Amino acid sequence: MTVNLNRQGFTGGEPEKHPAVGAIRRDFASAIVEVGSSCGQVWVTVQPERALEILRSLKGDPELDLEFLSDLTAVHWPGRKGAEFEVVFQLYSISKNLRFRLKVQLEEGKEMETASGIWMTADWLEREVYDMFGIQFKGHPDPRRILNPEQFDGYPLRKEFPLRGRVRW
Amino acid sequence: MRKKPTRVYKGPGPKEANILLTSASTVINWAQRSSLWPLTFGLACCAIEMISAAAARYDMARFGWEVFRASPRQADLMIVAGTVTNKMAPVVKKLYDQMAEPKWVLAMGSCATCGGIFQTYSVVPGVNYILPVDVYVPGCPPRPEALIHGIMTLQMKIDGQVNFSANPRKIKPGFTGPGRREIV
Repeated sequence: MTVNLNRQGFTGGEPEKHPAVGAIRRDFASAIVEVGSSCGQVWVTVQPERALEILRSLKGDPELDLEFLSDLTAVHWPGRKGAEFEVVFQLYSISKNLRFRLKVQLEEGKEMETASGIWMTADWLEREVYDMFGIQFKGHPDPRRILNPEQFDGYPLRKEFPLRGRVRW
Repeated sequence: MRKKPTRVYKGPGPKEANILLTSASTVINWAQRSSLWPLTFGLACCAIEMISAAAARYDMARFGWEVFRASPRQADLMIVAGTVTNKMAPVVKKLYDQMAEPKWVLAMGSCATCGGIFQTYSVVPGVNYILPVDVYVPGCPPRPEALIHGIMTLQMKIDGQVNFSANPRKIKPGFTGPGRREIV
């Protein structure tokens, strides 16, 4: 197999020119909340109920071939009422050299469906998100903490978690 | 003419028998401080300096801190070289508990001493929260010389031990403490 190292997936610029944005606009236009870009990196925010469906189609689309979930993480925005958490999926296509970011906004206490059925790597990444932010993933095969001790109290990457003095010794 | 007195052999005298009079504590302390066997384990980058101290250039074995034992049951000294995380703390405690008395703990580097730069939820703010520490070696990481100095300080402390007492960590009442005395 020969690999063309000069291939360019997306070189930045208008987010609408990104092939994944086009595919989501075409098939899931009603699910889009926001489209944007930062430093040439394109993201799309979608509704949490339809995220899994969109991710599955992005992975299966031969034009995009986003077969690799390079990271799954979250961000806490305590100021945003009703959308305190943002779950971020970082996707990559090895064959197309294409990167894409999909975001989902969640209300505090709300669950999200697991992506571990699409990518096996989502299993541990979702455990980490649960460990650090307390976001529950519905249907996860092993919903435990992964980095902190089992009996750890609280979710340390939430903004209300103090930097010092939280853990007593 | 007087008869030459015959010498009767009465066994070895004090000079021939090489008798030294000393206290049991002196001998026991000498033995313990001269063969400190550390436990083989490292938690972070301080372990690299500890390995360097044990390797050819600094060669800790010259001083009798001879072999790093891979089993806590054969080790006398626990060098906590690195960051102790909350998740690792029970493991470190268990290793310490498995070591046979007499045993000593040396906290190597800022992290083991006070948590270092990691003042967060996941790091123990000093290994003294879980173990009784004998010597603290500051530095981030300390150089091998500093570690060697730390173990020499521990040797001075062992020299002041009272043996055959209920408390194995008891120090002689008149002992001036590490730093005041020199190892001869």
